[in-house]
Amino acid sequence: MKRRSRFLLFMGVFGFVFLYAPILSLVIFSFNESKLVTVWGGFSTKWYGELFRDPQILEAAWISAKIAFLSASIAVVIGTIGSFVLIRFARFRSKSLLSMMITAPLVMPEVIIGLSLLLLFVALQGLIGWPGGRGMLTIIIAHSTFGAAYAAVVIQSRLVDMDLSIEEAAQDLGAKPVRVFFDVTLPVIAPALMSAWLLAFTLSLDDLVIASFVSGPGASTLPMVIFSKVRLGVSPDVNALATIIIGLVSLGIIVAALQMSRSKRSSAN
Amino acid sequence: MSATAELNRRLPGGRYIGGVLQRIGLDGRGLVIAIPTIWLLLFFLIPFLVVAKISLSEAAIARPPYLPIWEWSDGFLNINLNFGNYLFLLDDPLYVAAYIESVRIAAISTVVTLLIGYPMAYLIARSSPDRRNILLMLVVLPFWTSFLLRVYAWIGFLKANGIINNFLISLGILNEPLVMLQTDFAVYVGIVYTYLPFMILPLYANLVKLDEAYLEASADLGARPATTFFTITLPLSANGIIAGCMLVFIPAVGEFVIPALLGGPDTLMIGRVLWDEFFSNRDWPIASAVAIVMLFVLVIPIMLLRKVQAVDEGAS
Repeated sequence: MKRRSRFLLFMGVFGFVFLYAPILSLVIFSFNESKLVTVWGGFSTKWYGELFRDPQILEAAWISAKIAFLSASIAVVIGTIGSFVLIRFARFRSKSLLSMMITAPLVMPEVIIGLSLLLLFVALQGLIGWPGGRGMLTIIIAHSTFGAAYAAVVIQSRLVDMDLSIEEAAQDLGAKPVRVFFDVTLPVIAPALMSAWLLAFTLSLDDLVIASFVSGPGASTLPMVIFSKVRLGVSPDVNALATIIIGLVSLGIIVAALQMSRSKRSSAN
Repeated sequence: MSATAELNRRLPGGRYIGGVLQRIGLDGRGLVIAIPTIWLLLFFLIPFLVVAKISLSEAAIARPPYLPIWEWSDGFLNINLNFGNYLFLLDDPLYVAAYIESVRIAAISTVVTLLIGYPMAYLIARSSPDRRNILLMLVVLPFWTSFLLRVYAWIGFLKANGIINNFLISLGILNEPLVMLQTDFAVYVGIVYTYLPFMILPLYANLVKLDEAYLEASADLGARPATTFFTITLPLSANGIIAGCMLVFIPAVGEFVIPALLGGPDTLMIGRVLWDEFFSNRDWPIASAVAIVMLFVLVIPIMLLRKVQAVDEGAS
């Protein structure tokens, strides 16, 4: 028993070092004076300055943020309606179809999703003249679709756990289904909606493959710019960018954790 | 009460519109169902049909770069189905090799991910509830930071004058740097690294439900820890293992970023081939055929995953 737990402990430590060492190295070498990314040449913040003087990166970051914000919002709306329909509605004709379509994007290789959406947009353009060229709109549609799949996973598990009796109580008191949904269900699942939104937002901000397929000239997202830089070799300003992203994400997670423990405490009182 | 009734009450002409909606089976409930269904039909399912269609057309120098499958001429509908793209795929050893390579690399990476992920999931599931949440958060946290940048970080670790080589040379273990970047090894590392959380989470969800009374009973009856593990824990966690493995294997087969950044020029993976056919060769019909064949390769793993997930849903 003792020997096995020592083995487990070793594997645990190894696993977490494996997960975090690359991220730590990105942060450490972002403060490196030297242009060689992996040789330490003294502390410096010059790559951050370089980053903020790079108009290409700044513009791409702004485009990515706008796309992520809009697509996460659409994804949460579709994900919420889809989850609600699948969990709360009794059998309907397209139920298994909807359930399949909402989970399939989770495992579909990105190259296939990207190619298929691009070909759809081209075909639609030929048939009805919409969406009028490729760019931000087509990326937003693509990201909303796979974001909705991730959002649905988070929201469905919350809906399954939710106490049904409060919905029933509201119904018994004469509230219409729409009212029950907006006044009872929605407030109860609000934290899940928030984490679903954050998840869809991060995924959109992170996506390279799908965006590359459905994007057009003039709409280069941040991952597309990073990828073309990284393909030419490592560059320290990418490390600086990574550190900023890691910092923002950690901050967001800490705030969310604090929020959660506070709401847990207030509900315990 | 439905939205249709609501509509009847509010709008003067609403009674008529409501009646029409109801006749075609669209009341409030139907409308709510229709929103996500239509969105996903249009932007997820129909695109696959478009891919299938274009995989049967002929490439051309045009905009868009393929010939139509059907066209009207002299009042007749001409349908030109072209299976040449598929024959071309089967005929060219490059494509067949790329499919086999992708499945091989994905399978090996999946096994390694399982070997690292299982002990971690087990450790987390057997920790105290407080520590459990912290450890789980630590597993998920890297997932929230950019995937592209995490793959990029490995370039700094693996390259000739990278962190690992510098470290080993400074210790005197190596005299000259190992070649790790731009090899299959680097691709394995990249896949295992990025998909490890996908393996740990379903395994954890499965192992945390394991009743410890079984393990105690087995120990009381004199079984050694290894025997207990192989006869009780492992079989009971089979669903978690299958779910975790499929969640790693399926996206790994079609992976593009990892082989593009960490792999060498001879690391042939099908996601990369599709990318090149599309962006470099601009051959949309071939790219479509590559995608359709990839889907067929993935049908069995996807069905396996759905089956395990359905079992889990039924149990809970």
